[in-house]
Amino acid sequence: MSTGGASAHLARLLALVPYLLNRQGIPIEQAAKDAGITVEQLDKDLWTLFMCGLPGGMPDDLIDADWEDGLVYLSNADTIARPLRLAPEEVATLLVGLRLLAQLPGSHDREALDKATAKLQEVAGAAAGMADARVGVGGGTAPDSTVLDGARRALTERRRLHLRYYVPGRDETTERDVEPMRLALVDGHTYLEGWCHRAEEVRLFRLDRVLALEVLDIASAVPADAVAHNLDEGLFSPSAADTVAGLELERAAHWVTEYYPCEEVAELEGGRLYVRLRSGDPEWMVRLALRLGPTARLVEPPELAEQVRAAAAAALAGYPEVV
Amino acid sequence: MSKKRTERLLNLTIALLATRRFLTKEQIRKAVRAYEECPTDEAFERMFERDKDELRELGIPLETGTDEALFGDEVGYRIDRNAYALPEVTFTPEEVAVLGLAARAWRQVSLSGAAGTALLKLRAAGVDPDETAMAGLDPRIGDNDPALQPLWSASFDGWPVNFDYRTPEADTASRRRVEPWGVGVRNGRWYLVGLDLDRGASRVFRLSRITGEVKVTGAPGSVVKPADVDIDDELRRMLPAEPRESAVVRVRPGAGLGLRRHASVRSEVEPGSASGSDWDVLHVGFWSVSRLADDLASYGADVVVDSPPVVRDAVIERLRALAGTP
Repeated sequence: MSTGGASAHLARLLALVPYLLNRQGIPIEQAAKDAGITVEQLDKDLWTLFMCGLPGGMPDDLIDADWEDGLVYLSNADTIARPLRLAPEEVATLLVGLRLLAQLPGSHDREALDKATAKLQEVAGAAAGMADARVGVGGGTAPDSTVLDGARRALTERRRLHLRYYVPGRDETTERDVEPMRLALVDGHTYLEGWCHRAEEVRLFRLDRVLALEVLDIASAVPADAVAHNLDEGLFSPSAADTVAGLELERAAHWVTEYYPCEEVAELEGGRLYVRLRSGDPEWMVRLALRLGPTARLVEPPELAEQVRAAAAAALAGYPEVV
Repeated sequence: MSKKRTERLLNLTIALLATRRFLTKEQIRKAVRAYEECPTDEAFERMFERDKDELRELGIPLETGTDEALFGDEVGYRIDRNAYALPEVTFTPEEVAVLGLAARAWRQVSLSGAAGTALLKLRAAGVDPDETAMAGLDPRIGDNDPALQPLWSASFDGWPVNFDYRTPEADTASRRRVEPWGVGVRNGRWYLVGLDLDRGASRVFRLSRITGEVKVTGAPGSVVKPADVDIDDELRRMLPAEPRESAVVRVRPGAGLGLRRHASVRSEVEPGSASGSDWDVLHVGFWSVSRLADDLASYGADVVVDSPPVVRDAVIERLRALAGTP
């Protein structure tokens, strides 16, 4: 199946017609949202449908669409009143999405998830087998089911949470009260996003780093000016208070460019790279430099380079044979 | 996208679904206005051939046959209504909510159109989602990689491809010729599994390392995926192996939580004990000396390695380089 151009558009129109026929008078905004398109696109689609119909071209032959007052009515489209079968690529998108959701532990919604998957497979027939054979989903890091259930309960019951949270960048355990906003599944991890009273800003907490969680008997109150992260831009949101460090990476450390958002990547001689890396936490930078060892050199800012040197020297003191 | 073309395809679909009998090309030409307006027979023929392919690509079951009594042996066309229609299926409001989330997970990715169309088809029966089911969940499939769309299509349609590929360690990209078997996503990153034609063996490619365009180099259907290849298994092979050995490390009380969570043995100092020991002792499993040494070094003075010597030496080497100690 081609997924662009006229055939994708035809596929959408053929799906839209049965959907609208069974929802006479649906608000156009709702229909556009359900179809995953803009109201302008849906308006154009309705015009196209309006121009099509049975051979003959008489008004009686054409599809009748009325959406003048913002409510969509559709009729005279009996020939295409049933949706076209699912193409293997379409089945694959939904199955991959379902498998992603299935990676979340806990009994919550499990039944609906399993049944939806089974029905989809049955209705798709051979296309489901083809989809399974062509597309894979690797396992992410599953959060602890007690933690996940607690976070979900706090979200549905709109209650404040208390977290014991591990910050690996500082190797530190923190206690914080959080007003939950959503649970996001990003890059194989589950994050709780919420207003953190300790940081006094919106933070993302990786659930596998939550050591303990308590749903408090306090109604949650997210400050009106709290803005959720735009996760389409990635997990890291830059801030003016960030430390920006310059690092020189040997080949063995080039992986850094694939794992962390680098502001600048320049090639140096000998296959080395110069990168500028941003972080809200200088301590995290020091730990990264210690981890990279001789495969990288933190060159700026100088005071951070000195911290790395001092941290390494202090660590060496643990080995008496080294002088 | 061409609106006229979509209109024409839709009219053709409707005409061929509405008919019980096979329609000859001439009948089809009269039935679809855009064909009727074709200036020449050749223009019509070309347009009709392309449109037929397009419908078949979408999975519309276009049949050919003939009603001999009416027009001898001329081939006619129609769409098999039973094969066309999605079988009747009804989902509960909770199940619709789950399917909606599965489709929403694609919204930033180039295949979101296919996911949206699939969801609309399944929602045709009229059931709307229970908005309280899966409330507050926001799943995302992964990166919107420009190479995903072409490689996804190539995997389904069996096209051989080539592309320039650059690993982080390499100075330049190199051309790879691949028979795609499938694509997979792990931790938000996309991978291609296929036969690397120059190496004569299966390989997993990370899509973000593809530079430039993916080029199709053969006919659809020319790639045959071996029946025993499982895309999930291939992705799993990239995971670290099970730990084979274990290292003994000392950790300052209260520190090294990341290590403690994966340690097999923990002898922790009793709080307020008089033993005077400043360290907890952990046994940490590992499969790669260098990975473990990287990890242990990142804790700085809070972690000291006791054994095995190879890990201890690797950590010391890292720290020496950073401390500027010869």
